[in-house]
Amino acid sequence: MVTDIGLIAVLLAFAAGIYSIVAAVYGAQSRRDDWVTSARNAALVVAPLLTLASLMIVYSNLVGNYRLEYTAHVSSRATPTALKITALWGGQNGSLLFWSWLMSVFAAGVMLRKWDKNRDLMPYVIAVTEVIQVFFLALVVLFANPFAKLWQTPTGDIVGAVFGASTLFATLSSIGLSGIAQTWFAPVGSLPFTPADGQGLAPLLRHPGMVAHPPFLYLGFVGFTIPYAFAMAALITGKTNDAWIRTTRRWTLMAWLFLGIGLLLGARWAYDVLGWGGYWGWDAVENAALMPWISGTAFLHSVMIQEKRGMLKIWNMFLIILTFAQVVLGTFITRTGVISSVHSFARSSIGVPFLVFTGVMLVGSVGLLLARLGDLKSENKLDSMLSRESAFIAQNALFLIINLAVAIGTYFPIFSELFANNKITVGPPYYDNVVGPLLAPLILLMGIAPLISWRAASPQALGRTALTIPGPVTLTAVVILFALGIRNPWALLGMTLIVYAGTIIVVEYVRGVRARHRSTGESWLAALWNLIGRNRRRYGGYLVHAGVVLMGVGVIGTHVYQLETQQALAVGQSLSIGDYQVTFRRLELVPSGQADKRIISARVDVSQGGKPLATMRPFQEQYTNGERMTPPALLGSMKEDLYVLLGGFESDGSLATFKVFINPLVNWLWLGGIVFILGTLVAAWPSATEERRALSVERGALSAAGVAR
Amino acid sequence: MRAKFIIGGVVVAAAVVYLIVSSISSSAQYYLTVKELRGKGQAMAGRNLRVSGYVVGDSIAYTPQASSLSFDIVDTHEELSATTKVDTIKILYTGPKPDLLQHEAQAIAEGKLNPDGTFTANNLLLKCPTRYEDQLPTPTPSAK
Repeated sequence: MVTDIGLIAVLLAFAAGIYSIVAAVYGAQSRRDDWVTSARNAALVVAPLLTLASLMIVYSNLVGNYRLEYTAHVSSRATPTALKITALWGGQNGSLLFWSWLMSVFAAGVMLRKWDKNRDLMPYVIAVTEVIQVFFLALVVLFANPFAKLWQTPTGDIVGAVFGASTLFATLSSIGLSGIAQTWFAPVGSLPFTPADGQGLAPLLRHPGMVAHPPFLYLGFVGFTIPYAFAMAALITGKTNDAWIRTTRRWTLMAWLFLGIGLLLGARWAYDVLGWGGYWGWDAVENAALMPWISGTAFLHSVMIQEKRGMLKIWNMFLIILTFAQVVLGTFITRTGVISSVHSFARSSIGVPFLVFTGVMLVGSVGLLLARLGDLKSENKLDSMLSRESAFIAQNALFLIINLAVAIGTYFPIFSELFANNKITVGPPYYDNVVGPLLAPLILLMGIAPLISWRAASPQALGRTALTIPGPVTLTAVVILFALGIRNPWALLGMTLIVYAGTIIVVEYVRGVRARHRSTGESWLAALWNLIGRNRRRYGGYLVHAGVVLMGVGVIGTHVYQLETQQALAVGQSLSIGDYQVTFRRLELVPSGQADKRIISARVDVSQGGKPLATMRPFQEQYTNGERMTPPALLGSMKEDLYVLLGGFESDGSLATFKVFINPLVNWLWLGGIVFILGTLVAAWPSATEERRALSVERGALSAAGVAR
Repeated sequence: MRAKFIIGGVVVAAAVVYLIVSSISSSAQYYLTVKELRGKGQAMAGRNLRVSGYVVGDSIAYTPQASSLSFDIVDTHEELSATTKVDTIKILYTGPKPDLLQHEAQAIAEGKLNPDGTFTANNLLLKCPTRYEDQLPTPTPSAK
């Protein structure tokens, strides 16, 4: 079968990866550059091989080759062409191949970069990167192989196997390797089997958000392996100066951005498609992607301290190890269903290998860190409790506490089941009660830290900048909110801090633009453009914080003030929520354009305060396999979203149940997300001036240390 | 200065620990199977519980006007086709009938056990059917 090309490509990639590890380590130990170059080339070749393999899966889906087990599971005749392509990551086996492919592309990017400055690190960066690559390929080859074909066993069961009927099936199973046995072989006497049609993607997965969400998450996960590999290479070679941080700064920022986008897309998809009225449920799989993001955010900030003052070196190593461990654990939780969750895939044989890998990587990384502890001593001490450094340390501590709290809530069921024989889960109330109060000081720090000077800040000077303008502005805002009827203490506290942080950001921008305008005579707009252009890290960072501020507004609005109601309505009957009236008019059958999908839509008229506002059409998708989807109909503004769900209906159209939410300020969340993304791009954009500045800092540091390379 | 750091740190740590522990105990839900729930009986009445199982399609009853839903769940997939008596729990729920609620779907119900042995759910989660063990559509064997 043509797809066997893909199988061969995966096996070759696996071999190339193993060779690369061995060649890189040998080349480093024996100081043979040619071996290191060979290792690099082997790592490079993995990318086109896995590209070929992935294309074979896509090809199989497109031509409807249902003999291939994976195509039969994720595709079908009725599946639209675009979804046949994206089904590559729609099921477990394909998504692990997809992870491996993304990893190989990132690794290729690393291999192709200019290595003149970090020649020493290269062999070990290659080795560590390929260890991770080989692990995921091993999972694909041994346990989750998308190139398995379908067979019918002598007893009539349909099974998937890569190679087919063989006595090895029984042999391997009997020595305890049933996972591999079942992936590779079928019982003796099994015959090839080709279904007439595939099952098709689960309806939940057929929406644009769900198509884009996994790739971005994986890009984020895979992206973090690169700074981790550099950190390990730095520890192994003893070159623990800042080179590894400076080199990987953009990789880390982009990985963090991709992960953030993945989280935002997941939230938007949940809101738009899942139809429970919210966007974040503190589900185990959501938390699994959030935790590396939290420690990644802490890492992004604390490396600035190392670059500026040579402090927190051990802490930064710890953070990148923690982030990488949480990336692997996050993939583990999502793929193995070990914590029961709405998203989890079936339990499979990849669970134990994942745990073993995580354990080995953790022990190895921490061991290396402990071995190099002496090299990582801080160059400076903390001069004052009131300083930019201590603000960053406090912020890092808060992030890590939040990370720990989320981890406790997420992993609690596993431990309670293991130790107390009782499976206890912890729901959203836990997270709201613990994370909520911790966010308050975090937002405060976000606002005020840029005003605190390095080393030692004077309380008087700080008090001046922190209160002169931001004080009255915040106070006015709070009074206005109070007057508008906002009385909830948590909402008021949250809004106070958010307005405070937002005001400082605006003040910083105005100060910067004004200073430029005065000294160069540029117009305000040109001054703003050049200000940002020449200080991308700083002003991009402010923009990111501005995004967080906007998102905070959305979170407070939806968390504290969401309204909900549900009612069964006869034709012509209305329900009320807030100052809206929703009237059911009729049920309609809508053409869906897909052979296996039927769309039934309910036409409702919405009026506000008695005045007609709009007609909305919440609908239900019914699939021939019996599954259903009810995406909401949305009527949105910056003030709020009216969120209408068609709950159920009588087949004669006489009665329909509606669940309606009002989500105040929710669109501030999405707007904030966009600003957040823009800000990160600004901060990450390469800039000639900043490169020169960074280079001169590095040279200065090196010459001070008396080292030539 | 070091002393202030340490004392401050301890106070913060204590506050956080208190926050976490109290939140866990107030929002913890026991996750039980159908058999465990029947076995523990009224000892669990009134507590925040989560019970999961496979939906018995025939038992699904829904009154749209009142949005009242009831259905039975069993522990294992095999029990769905069992001919002898198996342990079931009747779940009661007020709200729209979830899309995924059908025979063989896995349901997670959060709520409380009633004195009469039924379970009133205030939240219903339906799991996407696990596809990797399902039978594929009508077989058409082919020679290769």
